Amino acid sequence: MSDVKIGAYICQGCGLGDRLDTAQLAQVAQRDAKANVVKEHEFLCSEAGIKMIQEDIDNEGVNRVAICACSRRAKTEAFTFEGVAVTRANLREGVIWVRPDTDEARETTQDMADDYVRMAVTEVKYQSPPTPNQETSYTRDILVVGGGVSGMTAALEASRAGYPVTIVEKTGALGGHAAHAWKGIPMHAPYADPEDNIVDELIAKVEADSNITVFLNSTLSRTDGAPGRFVAHIAQESGPVTDRKFGAIIQASGYRDFDANELPEFGYASNANVVTQTELDAMAKEANGAPLKTKDGKEVKNVVFIQCVGQRSDKEGHLPYCSGHCCLTSIKQAMYFKDANPDIDTNVIYTDLRTPGAGGEDFYRSGQRKGVTFTKGVVSEVVAEGDRLAVKFKDLILDEDTVEIADLVVLATGMVPNSGVDIEAIAKPADDEEEVDADGEVEPPQVELPVESILNLSYRQGPDLPHLKYGFNDSHFICFPYETRRTGIYTTGPVRRPMDAQQAMEDATGAALKAIQAVENAGKGRAAHPRSGDLSFPSFRREGCTQCKRCTVECPFGAIDEDEERYPQFNEARCRRCGTCMGACPVRVISFENYSVDTVGQQLKNIDIPDEFEEKPRILVLACENDAYPALDMAGMNGVEYSAFARIIPVRCLGSVNLIWITDAMNSGYDGVILMGCQKGENYQCHFVKGSEIAHIRMSKVDDTLQSLSLEPERVATYEIAITDIERAPKLINDMAETIEKIGMSPFKF
Amino acid sequence: MSANVQAIESYRNSFLKEVEANVEEGDWVKMCMQCGVCSGSCPLGPYWEHPPQEIFMLIRAGKREEVLKSSSMWMCTSCYNCIARCPRELPITHIMHGLATYAERLGMAPKNQPTRKFALKFWDNLTKKGRVNELKLGVSLYFMNGFVEGIKTALKAMPLGMNMYKTKRLNPMEYFGGHGVKDTSGLKAILKKAEEIELAKLKKTDA
Repeated sequence: MSDVKIGAYICQGCGLGDRLDTAQLAQVAQRDAKANVVKEHEFLCSEAGIKMIQEDIDNEGVNRVAICACSRRAKTEAFTFEGVAVTRANLREGVIWVRPDTDEARETTQDMADDYVRMAVTEVKYQSPPTPNQETSYTRDILVVGGGVSGMTAALEASRAGYPVTIVEKTGALGGHAAHAWKGIPMHAPYADPEDNIVDELIAKVEADSNITVFLNSTLSRTDGAPGRFVAHIAQESGPVTDRKFGAIIQASGYRDFDANELPEFGYASNANVVTQTELDAMAKEANGAPLKTKDGKEVKNVVFIQCVGQRSDKEGHLPYCSGHCCLTSIKQAMYFKDANPDIDTNVIYTDLRTPGAGGEDFYRSGQRKGVTFTKGVVSEVVAEGDRLAVKFKDLILDEDTVEIADLVVLATGMVPNSGVDIEAIAKPADDEEEVDADGEVEPPQVELPVESILNLSYRQGPDLPHLKYGFNDSHFICFPYETRRTGIYTTGPVRRPMDAQQAMEDATGAALKAIQAVENAGKGRAAHPRSGDLSFPSFRREGCTQCKRCTVECPFGAIDEDEERYPQFNEARCRRCGTCMGACPVRVISFENYSVDTVGQQLKNIDIPDEFEEKPRILVLACENDAYPALDMAGMNGVEYSAFARIIPVRCLGSVNLIWITDAMNSGYDGVILMGCQKGENYQCHFVKGSEIAHIRMSKVDDTLQSLSLEPERVATYEIAITDIERAPKLINDMAETIEKIGMSPFKF
Repeated sequence: MSANVQAIESYRNSFLKEVEANVEEGDWVKMCMQCGVCSGSCPLGPYWEHPPQEIFMLIRAGKREEVLKSSSMWMCTSCYNCIARCPRELPITHIMHGLATYAERLGMAPKNQPTRKFALKFWDNLTKKGRVNELKLGVSLYFMNGFVEGIKTALKAMPLGMNMYKTKRLNPMEYFGGHGVKDTSGLKAILKKAEEIELAKLKKTDA
């Protein structure tokens, strides 16, 4: 840090000049925070303002820039300067907009602004401009695992965008599940009749594409590396293992049918004329338009379709979710019969008919028009009735138990994702952490794997992608679909969530784009979602590391492996830059160039703490930059006021909060600390999936620290904040101010 | 019918097809999606044996007798609330009247259903001269449920009748003959022809 030259630029626009004494701010920047160049400007984001800063960078050698103006979320393009570290003091949204414009408030508002200027200049002093990851060699090849509708579509889309693709398919043919169907659910208006199966067309396109290589009868015996430099070991059945390099991976491993043998009440095991939807489609494909016969070769006069078989059920062993395609599939299959012979009676027994997709409702109506009967009912049993079948059910509209005699019964069993090993189920539970620390290593889990791994990743956290819910490999399905917790590996199709072929094709297109993005990001050393474009990456001070492995265990993205000497190996391209490793490190050796224990720790130590008798408490707020900080900014925009005693520092994720910051804050005389992160748990909104959860676990242990300092536990509070908590977030700050008023000021003020 | 035969017939399309062929707007029955908005919208819904949603399901379940012998569709007052609200745009009111007409034609309609009785009286009254004779229709309604009750109702209505007479709103002479359309025999010929067409349709579906 020999030639650090800090420039602090104080804006007078947007009312800052009227509400604040900017000359005093300049003085603070120069005298207290030791900025080398300090300038005020009446309109900093104007062309003239930007030019002034750029000239200082070019001519004065300023390489650290502290912009003391609006929030870091505003005017980001204007305040981007190449090759220097930039930070912001939030004087607009964070000070004047959340404070009343009154004489009595003027002093505390100015205090607030003074501190934010001190904090910004201090922060930038400890930052260095990020240089991209040196690992720039990368391959643009994309690996698609699974050759079904999703996999083939992803391959074709990536290929059309100019990226070479390799498909690895476990079976001997492309096509996947959908290949067994006679016809498909219509994808085009007027959505009235089943359409030709899309699979043949897709296979022909894949085979004709010279940019796509297909490995059949092949699996991945091992996958190493990181985005841009994955190495897949492709094991061919009775053949050699081929090693190939890939930039990104799309996992389209599809689904398997729920085993109907688990449901004895439907007579699947005991009666040949009770079939699954998959089996009926196979029968139809074989018949290819000829009338379908029962298994004993008799004419079919009456078919009953039973929906939600072992699905949408809270019974043990059943699937709790809706598989999404089965209602449409049953309508399609009922049409197989109705189109061939309208006198065949078809009855679909459902509890809630769900026909998603643009043409779903039209297809349903078309089924009704063709005379398919739809009955709202719950089937209790299917039993043999002579050589036919008796379907016993309760008609929910007529509210009566009834029986229908059928020749053929079709069961809508659901989709079970082929998502490989549930690595979290076999991993050690979190409370074994102590044990891990004690012997300094984690033995590979000895639990027998219930299913084969799909990817066989050599990642320290396990061989497959972490499951989200019910075994599906999804991420937050609204905020960031496709993202998994392994950077550069994207899932698509029914392994992500239940869907039909058309949805899978749309889904695969998206996954292909994400994979391309990952390849390009890896090539430039940039982060993927949500810190897209971030060039910083974590590094650690080797001599300080105790090899406790906490970072490797807690990284939500499995980015950190272990090198031969058992030190953490960061795999920059896998990293999302959340800083959870930095928060985890008990010896604080992990840091980013522009975000470290010091950039935050020095900020909070460098504010002005008035003594006990001034009755000006200080509340440190560590707010997640994804939701909590924007919520507080919006509070400012909406004129919601909060206590002038709060000092807010944005953090990349609550997971990056190192406990030392809390201890330092308490020792420095802060009266309260508030942590604001995203919602954790099952319906998480944490942009780094596990960061907020991990932070909450860490903070549950902070009471010991407080006790050792003889401080009240109320002084530290951790909250889950949504981006919409525009009223609530300021209220929580005010609540803390009230609490401090009740319990008194911290005794640690010097 | 034995229970087994009933099971074999249940949820077949046979009755639905019969309804489609013979009932006005019967084609629409299969398009019902069982949301129940019609039943919830019907001002008389709670008094129906089977509200429209159930009628549609009964038809699909093949319960011919239960539908045709039901008094339900006779309860419809043609308020058109159900038609206005049906998300599938089924002409429910028309279907209800169509079912009632079909049941009547088959002789399966409930004999003592008051709406049915009134409907028959109205029809007889109207087809005689091509104009509704309100006096005759009113008086015959008084006596619909027996002679004694008829006298009582008539006496109760007498002051109103007298007032109407005084203001020339009621002509007692209408009771004897009354006015009609110009060409009564022409009207009768039209009605006869219409009946023939209907019967022919019925025979065709029977065959």
